[in-house]
Amino acid sequence: MRRSVIPGFGLSLGITVLYLGVIVLLPLCALILKASDIGAAQLWAILSSPRTLAAIRLTVTMALAATIFNAVYGLLLAWVLARYQFPGKRLLDALVDVPFALPTAVAGLALTALFSKTGWFGSVLEPLGVSVVYTPLGIGIAMAFTSIPFVVRTVQPVIEDLGSDVEEASRSLGASDLQILSKIIFPSIFPALLAGASLAFARSLGEFGAVIFIAGNQPMKTEIVALLAFIRLEEYDYPAAATIAVVMLVMAFAMLLVTNAVQAWQLRYLGRGDR
Amino acid sequence: MAKPQPPIKRDWMVTPVGAGPVARFVVLSVVAVVTLFILVAPLAVILSSAFAQGVGVFLRNLGDPGTLHAMWLTTITALIAVPVNILFGLAAAWTVTKFEFPGRTLLIALIELPYSISPIVAGVAYLFVYGSQGLFGPLLEQLDIKVMFALPGIVLASMFVTAPYVARELIPLMQVQGTDEEEAAVTLGAGGFATFLRVTLPNIRWAVLYGAILCNARVLGEFGAVSVVSGNVRGQTTTLPLQIELLYQDYNVAGAFAAATTLTAVAVVTILLKMLLERLAGDEHPSA
Repeated sequence: MRRSVIPGFGLSLGITVLYLGVIVLLPLCALILKASDIGAAQLWAILSSPRTLAAIRLTVTMALAATIFNAVYGLLLAWVLARYQFPGKRLLDALVDVPFALPTAVAGLALTALFSKTGWFGSVLEPLGVSVVYTPLGIGIAMAFTSIPFVVRTVQPVIEDLGSDVEEASRSLGASDLQILSKIIFPSIFPALLAGASLAFARSLGEFGAVIFIAGNQPMKTEIVALLAFIRLEEYDYPAAATIAVVMLVMAFAMLLVTNAVQAWQLRYLGRGDR
Repeated sequence: MAKPQPPIKRDWMVTPVGAGPVARFVVLSVVAVVTLFILVAPLAVILSSAFAQGVGVFLRNLGDPGTLHAMWLTTITALIAVPVNILFGLAAAWTVTKFEFPGRTLLIALIELPYSISPIVAGVAYLFVYGSQGLFGPLLEQLDIKVMFALPGIVLASMFVTAPYVARELIPLMQVQGTDEEEAAVTLGAGGFATFLRVTLPNIRWAVLYGAILCNARVLGEFGAVSVVSGNVRGQTTTLPLQIELLYQDYNVAGAFAAATTLTAVAVVTILLKMLLERLAGDEHPSA
């Protein structure tokens, strides 16, 4: 360890470790401890029950759909913000933060109102045979709404940093727009897009407030994993709640590993591993 | 003597990819339309639903005793959780940016951890610490201390989900600023606290404020974690987001939307303040 002349290391490290220990690590350890004394047989019974499996399948599928939508829309949004000048740009930039700032319960309430039979969107979609409220589609829309900023805010700075030199060089050598896009620009922003998408996916997997308003929450049909954990708690079925929560924790850790690996790859790719 | 050459026209320089009028128009239109439908419409529908039956009904809904109590409880939670979070954020950022020590990367990862964990998982985890089935539950019951289904539990869960908020704003900024100014101050004889107050804090004040505002918005709006640890006791442990759900389940949609306008207003103010703070920070550090 390099000695620093700046004082306060012990104090600030102490506060940081104490806070993280009490607020973050203690609960997580208690959760894992609880799950660990359930026993393999019961653990497997909880996990392999049709209702748990249906909830996991639904949550993962809809989170994937929401993430794919956001990868496309978020990329376009980031592109527009990074590359174009137009009136209202600051407003659009501010709007990207709406899902971060708006409480998820409020978002869920608003989306349900929009897509209900009498709502602005629902009154148009229902006659076309598309129902959103109380269907998996609604769950996907709620997940997409809450995770938009993750893709935009991860990709936007990378597009802003793209130098124009390579693009100009390839243009002068006769490359078409499509060739430049697919061979120059897309490869440089792909790692960031992947990192942003995995953050959005992780958020969608755990989203609760926005989803339960619009989902209708029917077991086996529109019940997400987070809600199932919540229901098991209310039924005082603590082993089941702990098991489902640990499954969600494991999924979150897996996504964290993916994001970190992608970000490390991105830094190497851009040749600034020191950042 | 050669005649001065006219400048060579280089089209590829003035038209980067996607800057042509057609591409620009198509991309901008698509983004504008989708944004209108999925980001603007929810905000608009909250206002329109809250005021659908007139201002009088809206005000009566806001004055509902349950909603007023929820506002009070939510405010108290923020008044405790946000300052503690600022203190932690400052300490955490100071630790990982001003010193080199083994385990630094691990510490940064731990600070960011709550960001990727579902609030529901956080709530469930807290129950297994302080609940009657939890690690400290029996002891707390003997001492007659209520943590779960009471204010302390709500505050703790809020702290879990917002732990990274202030630190995440400060760490990248303080990393760029380095340690030169602090080292100079200390070498000239300033104490640690004076160095922090007079040298570090002025450099990071907008970022601290920005992190605090984001943290505040999240504490006021937290739903998943709080709904697990609060036990949802009507009129006692319902924070504002929980109250919105209660009203909605009671088929009091107008009441739910009235309560939602207050949190929507907080969200809009948060975004406006963010824009303002970014401008202030940009004016002070034009290079950044």
